[in-house]
Amino acid sequence: MKILTGNDLKSGAVTWWTGEGWSLSVDDAVDVGDESANIIAREEAAQRVFAAYVIDGERTDKGVRPAHIKDRVRALGPTVRPDLTLKPSDPDALNWVV
Amino acid sequence: MYKYDQYDQQMVDTRVEEFRDQVRRRLSGELTEEQFRPLRLQNGLYLQLHAYMLRVAVPYGTLSSQQMRMLGDIADKYDRGYGHFTTRQNIQYNWIKLEDTPDILADLATVEMHAIQTSGNCIRNISSDQYAGAAADEIIDPRPYAELLRQWSSFHPEFLTLPRKFKIAVIASETDRAAMKLHDIGIKMVRNDAGEIGAQFYVGGGMGRTPMIGPMIREFVPLDHLITYSEACLRVYNRYGRRDNKYKARIKILVHELGKEEYTRQVEEEFEHLLSQGIEPPIAELKRIMGFFQDPPFETGLSDDLDLSDPDFRLWVDRNCETHKTPGYIIATVSLKPVGGIPGDASADQIRLMADLGKEYSFDEMRVTHAQNIVFPHVKKADLYALWQKLDAAGLGTANLDTVGDIIACPGLDYCSLANARSIPVAQKISERFATQERQDALGEMKLKISGCINACGHHHAGHIGILGVDRKGVENYQLLLGGSEGADTSLGQITGPGFSEDGIVDAVEKVTEVYLREKEGEERFLDTYRRLGMAPFKEALYG
Repeated sequence: MKILTGNDLKSGAVTWWTGEGWSLSVDDAVDVGDESANIIAREEAAQRVFAAYVIDGERTDKGVRPAHIKDRVRALGPTVRPDLTLKPSDPDALNWVV
Repeated sequence: MYKYDQYDQQMVDTRVEEFRDQVRRRLSGELTEEQFRPLRLQNGLYLQLHAYMLRVAVPYGTLSSQQMRMLGDIADKYDRGYGHFTTRQNIQYNWIKLEDTPDILADLATVEMHAIQTSGNCIRNISSDQYAGAAADEIIDPRPYAELLRQWSSFHPEFLTLPRKFKIAVIASETDRAAMKLHDIGIKMVRNDAGEIGAQFYVGGGMGRTPMIGPMIREFVPLDHLITYSEACLRVYNRYGRRDNKYKARIKILVHELGKEEYTRQVEEEFEHLLSQGIEPPIAELKRIMGFFQDPPFETGLSDDLDLSDPDFRLWVDRNCETHKTPGYIIATVSLKPVGGIPGDASADQIRLMADLGKEYSFDEMRVTHAQNIVFPHVKKADLYALWQKLDAAGLGTANLDTVGDIIACPGLDYCSLANARSIPVAQKISERFATQERQDALGEMKLKISGCINACGHHHAGHIGILGVDRKGVENYQLLLGGSEGADTSLGQITGPGFSEDGIVDAVEKVTEVYLREKEGEERFLDTYRRLGMAPFKEALYG
């Protein structure tokens, strides 16, 4: 699947395109097919996101998983600071990142 | 320490308000990201993997307690309670919000700090010897010259859009503690046969994708020509540096392609021309700056004795302290490399504690080192035990300076958008593998440096053992380098061969240290043994 990611303008936080808006959780990402360029143009023009780009991903039974390690790290947070990831209380949260 | 005059303060304050307006326009949609990006970068604001990152300049690594305290407060107020001290003697915050940035810069301006020239193709923050003004082996304090260069380079209109970024280091000791020859310009303050102080210029050094050791192009530049000669070096680069290819745009490529002789000839020609232009600031300005760097009021007649009956304290003194130029005083380094910790990171509370201790025990002064540690430059020996106890209670008493535990590591793929592999977990695993005092003692002086990509922010080329993270088909892989050094005997590490996995690289480090321990003669360091034996026995152990 093709998924869209970018950064929130105010906070810089990593966000994922849900089909209707942007979410902090990669699990909310949807397949954008070949619509990525149109969505990026519209959403960046509306100031809802910046530095957006499309990546390969896969929907598994445990959630959406970006193909490349860099995007997997982006999706959750620094592997060396589990307390600062999106799932600080889940000891297994980082298992799929690396 | 240097204190801003009204012009310095006005420049910084004006810049804050200018950026405040730029941020307002960005948030309102008046500026696109394409328009805003160069503006935020000129104010040290990057976009990294998880958020905006703000890099704050620490000129030549020198900080007052008030400044250090502000850095801790910013970590709490605007970030997530910590900061990361970098290999360029700066500090970075990893979780900054755009809308907060003008207020952060305004807070920094109240303590004479800013984030200008920490990004972009300009002359970056000037770095220096972390022991400046305290070292027993220096001929003069290099910081007034670094400060003069800072003032010359700040907003220099001709050098704000160079072909690439430009880094200058200034030292004044035979012992190079600032990796001087691995800078675009390295300046070593020297004394000539007539006893006059001047500057020795090394140009075209650097790490990154094409590492080079800067050759000396001028043995002695008189003090009243320091800026003029620097300007000549920059002008030739600005004129002929490659702007067509960012990977060939650093001055090291120009010096290499022209050849040292031709580059030097052109610099000398430009220098002659500039001498007729009268651009050198009056020597009175240098003397004014020097007035800010007078020795603090050291007491005289102090004892040099230390009570070393506490074995942990004795170890810390042996490892982390250095001879001071003044009897009764000592230079103490706080290692930001606890076993298994993140190199260079300090919590807001730790930063504020160091601020308080710097005020109490080090004449209100601290230094950031390019090895990502903090120095208390002027500690009375009689106070050293009390200082260490307070540091140790806060997790800042690790005794491992210049050992295998004192690892330089860039933020790597955990934070950096340029990185190909994570650096910090590798540093943590090596630190844990070699955690015991016995292992560190056996290996002696060891400079181990890790970069998460070819840009070499972790100085892997200059490590006795260097590690470079690469991306091999989407999987982290680590190359091992041996034989680098950043000191007076600067050398570039050589790649051993095929790379390793994350766990494999830790084992590989262990294997090369075993070769060293087996083959070392006398008091040889790892680096000495490698230089004597060459790569072969290490390669055999790794790939046999």
